[in-house]
Amino acid sequence: MDPHSLKKLNKARSSRQAAILVTDLAEGRDRVVLEGDEVAGALGEEVSSRFLSGKSGLVDCDGRSFFLNVHLPPPRIVIIGAVHISQALYPMAQMTDFDVTIIDPRSAFATAERFGGVNLIADWPQDVLPLKPLDRYTALVAVTHDPKIDDPGVEAALKAGCFYVGALGSRKTHAKRVQRLTEAGFGEVDIARISAPIGLEIGAATPAEIAVAVLADIILAYRKRALDRSGASR
Amino acid sequence: MMTSIDMRDPLLVAESWMSEGRDVAIATVMETWGSAPRPVGSHLVIDADGNFEGSVSGGCVEGAVITEAIEVIAEGEPRMLEFGVADETAWRVGLSCGGKIRVYVERLG
Repeated sequence: MDPHSLKKLNKARSSRQAAILVTDLAEGRDRVVLEGDEVAGALGEEVSSRFLSGKSGLVDCDGRSFFLNVHLPPPRIVIIGAVHISQALYPMAQMTDFDVTIIDPRSAFATAERFGGVNLIADWPQDVLPLKPLDRYTALVAVTHDPKIDDPGVEAALKAGCFYVGALGSRKTHAKRVQRLTEAGFGEVDIARISAPIGLEIGAATPAEIAVAVLADIILAYRKRALDRSGASR
Repeated sequence: MMTSIDMRDPLLVAESWMSEGRDVAIATVMETWGSAPRPVGSHLVIDADGNFEGSVSGGCVEGAVITEAIEVIAEGEPRMLEFGVADETAWRVGLSCGGKIRVYVERLG
């Protein structure tokens, strides 16, 4: 391995940037492809599909053998709201290999008794998120029903380009949210990225069923997410 | 700042060994068949003295990979190794899980 490749790869990994180490097995040469980098031809298509699947493996392109080692940042879910839905959502999300953080400034809700075995922060999203920034490999779920807690989370998620932004609330509640976000300067395209009413439409009624709908929605968004073609982090 | 988990990350270990001027080889699982304990892309890093970090199997073939890696460090040419029940060395360094793996060993730099 080229020492420069190793350094570049480690740097990408530590900054939660998706990267693939491409090794040409015939020549024993390698290079690091970052998400958004242009790669021509059949190898380029392979690279794109592996940024989505996250699967490493051997490929033959144009008669040459390559090994693609895919390094995606571990996907995270940040839940705003230590509510009943979150109590059902976080164990399911952990089971599907998401790293979960729950944020809620209301210390009566955010108790270790209700949320064992998960990273729980009893503080305001606007105070917590700058310390642990959201990114494109993070999903944000806002479920407090309280605009002054949910909105800062939703706004931060839209700015960070989170692969999923979901907010609980009826169509009426969401219409008010759209109005607030518009006044805050967010455009239609950004606002349209919000999943609201939250979750896949499966007729969910109970908190646990809503959690299933939300998690399914997140998985769908993760597997179908648009790759970053800009070449620059957002 | 490195956490204790980072300290065991093979690729970070390889970089820190390199910065100390040590000769390093990197072994990578490139293909698996059947049940294999470590997924494709897993790394084992080795220095010229046989110090290592990471894994390419559940411990079944690491010894053999380390031996090969020390030779790769000395000679510079990468090698593709195959381990499994079908291999003639199965009795020595086979995978007890019945799987088969292909491991690429290359020198860093």
